[in-house]
Amino acid sequence: MTQTDTSRSAGASAPDSPHVEFKDVRKTYDGETLVVKNLNLQIRRGEFLTLLGPSGSGKTTSLMMLAGFEVPTSGDIRLAGRSIAGLPPHKRDIGMVFQNYALFPHMTVAENLAFPLSVRKMPKAEIEDRVGKALRMVHLEKFDARRPAELSGGQQQRVALARALVFDPQLVLMDEPLGALDKQLREHMQLEIKHIHESLGVTVVYVTHDQTEALTMSDRIAVFNHGVIQQIDVPDRLYQQPCNSFVANFIGENNRLKGVVRDVAGGKCRVDLTNGETVLATAVAVGQAGETTTLSVRPERIVLDAAGVGRDNRLNARVLERIYLGDHLRLRLAVADSDDFMVKVPFADDAQVFQAGHAVSVCWAAEDCRALDPV
Amino acid sequence: MTASSLTGRSGARIESRNLKAQLRRTERRRKLEAAALVAPLLIFLAVFFLAPIVGMLIRSVENSELPTTMPETAAALRQWDGIDLPPEPVFASFARELAAGQRDRTLAGVAKRLTYEVPNMRSVLFATARGLPETPNGTWRDTLTARDKTWGDPATWAVMRRAAAPVTPLYMLASVDREMDASGSIVKVASDRAIYIDIFIRTFWMAAVVTVWCLVLGYPLAFKLASLPPRVSNLLMILVLLPFWTSILVRTGAWVVLLQREGPINEALQWVGLISEPLQLVYNRVGVYVAMIHILLPFMVLPLYSVMRGISPAYMRAATSLGATPFTAFRRVYLPQTIPGVGAGCLLVFILGVGYYITPALVGGAGDQMVSYFVAFFTNQTINWGMAAALGSVLLIATLLLYWVYARLVGIDRMRMG
Repeated sequence: MTQTDTSRSAGASAPDSPHVEFKDVRKTYDGETLVVKNLNLQIRRGEFLTLLGPSGSGKTTSLMMLAGFEVPTSGDIRLAGRSIAGLPPHKRDIGMVFQNYALFPHMTVAENLAFPLSVRKMPKAEIEDRVGKALRMVHLEKFDARRPAELSGGQQQRVALARALVFDPQLVLMDEPLGALDKQLREHMQLEIKHIHESLGVTVVYVTHDQTEALTMSDRIAVFNHGVIQQIDVPDRLYQQPCNSFVANFIGENNRLKGVVRDVAGGKCRVDLTNGETVLATAVAVGQAGETTTLSVRPERIVLDAAGVGRDNRLNARVLERIYLGDHLRLRLAVADSDDFMVKVPFADDAQVFQAGHAVSVCWAAEDCRALDPV
Repeated sequence: MTASSLTGRSGARIESRNLKAQLRRTERRRKLEAAALVAPLLIFLAVFFLAPIVGMLIRSVENSELPTTMPETAAALRQWDGIDLPPEPVFASFARELAAGQRDRTLAGVAKRLTYEVPNMRSVLFATARGLPETPNGTWRDTLTARDKTWGDPATWAVMRRAAAPVTPLYMLASVDREMDASGSIVKVASDRAIYIDIFIRTFWMAAVVTVWCLVLGYPLAFKLASLPPRVSNLLMILVLLPFWTSILVRTGAWVVLLQREGPINEALQWVGLISEPLQLVYNRVGVYVAMIHILLPFMVLPLYSVMRGISPAYMRAATSLGATPFTAFRRVYLPQTIPGVGAGCLLVFILGVGYYITPALVGGAGDQMVSYFVAFFTNQTINWGMAAALGSVLLIATLLLYWVYARLVGIDRMRMG
């Protein structure tokens, strides 16, 4: 039978072993700077893992090493328990969706989908059968005779997706596949990819720099920066419990306040702000007393004035700007050293009182404020 | 309310009429500007490119020698049914105009034209004209036949009649080794005179060999150039284009120096010990091929490079990620996408190669001359412009046919010249 099936059964015999494993992988292009530094990563079978990070953070390089287009400078990559270091890309049996789809322009949609099957020397009837199924999966049954240039961006994206899945690969890699689509289509495709992943149960490694996309689709997210995974976690923990300032800033909206640690006790710490006020925060990445830290508070965790009675922290603030957003109100405040301290206010009858120039007080619980490494 | 909306609507109609007029005005300006920008080149092409080609095509069937020098004879010959000998009036007007031509010294053109079909007609014509009496001795037919029995031969008059026609297929037929016999049907020329078909075959064969070699050498080069970073590839591209900076004569001359018996290539091969006797590399087919490939290679590399540059490396990656071996990926994904470049390059090299003259003339032997050599020969040596034009026309027609085939196979809109 096909390569796919044998590797499937090999993988099934050891269901608990990681499907993909990076072991101490390092990559440098020029022999001086490491693009990927000591990457250790385990991906479970059937998992949707997103590599998230700014450009140049090493996420795409990691993906390309997995696909076989880049060679690790040192370390090992294992797929279903066996090293794929010496395996050329065409023998890895990994489906891949490229940034600009890379649909073959001289072939029709059906020919594009048949390509991976025909190079595997499948019988013609089976190819037709599988191509038809793949087209139905992405709702493009009527487009089989079109050339890629005659399709819209979203349709091309679907063909690329179908082509990467049509030969039943054990693993599918996606390199910013939605980058070229407009916002609405992107959101639609995110859900569609998620549903396809759920129904097929393949392992997906997805690269993006869009945090919303990562949060929407992933089982787990690995946040990359400077060639190092900063944090790898499920989306809600990543958002609510960032382990350092980079992750806190990169994922979601974040308010930062500079301060100096006064004391640390029982997982909590007291931090003196630059204007003399003191904040009680959860100690996450702080040193000893006297060292600087950055406090991180999500805008939606902050309550104003009377609503904040009983919270651990209450700070004085002044409204700088009032932004009306229909379903909620955003206020830009001056708090301690920050003058872009954002607060989300759900609509209430008293929303009219928050006008620019007004003095207010901002309150939050110690659990919602994380003391992280200084930036 | 109603009134205001009514005036509003009619106002809109007037507005739209103004708008159309404005649009026409601006469009007209734009069109004039475009025409003015294109006009200089268009005029240039018409005067220096189209007109000469049309002139050549006309000259390849032109038959004006006899009709201009002997208009009455020509008119009379055209009336004649061509059976046996022409009637007496034809002989009479011919004799009169022959004498006038002898007096005015205008017979040379006619003599040359007749010689193309009957080799000794020049001497016959001049011998007959010299001292021709004012009045016939009996009939003109007898008088002329008495002076030279050629005039009593119906074949002579068949040739005369053909020379009197407004256009002649003579040159076109000759350039494909055909001629008209006395009865006017088209036959092959005697095998000892049949050379042009062979020369055309040789020309196309040599151009094809050069094209194939250029493709074989140029494809990998263009592939490498296209995959290099732009800074390096631009530098190397200048090296590819370097031959364009020297005259074709100098380049060809340089190959003679390099390839001659005591030249550096032969000496190097002998020094290495690969050969004991110097090879004959020049004044034969090898020399012509080497020099032509060298000169024409950039015309292959440029369109290939331009097409390959536009092919994203992602296609090859996608193909291999889908399970294709590098070779299969190349054959099924890369190669088909370079076809427009391959087509353009081959067409360009072939068409240029078919018209080569200087290189075979300088580096080739007698058996390596192409059609252009004979065009030059007829233009400069024998002043037979009809023949030169006919050979050129056949070449042009063959080239256009080839272009048409290419357009059908690949499509002109997909061609990229670089």
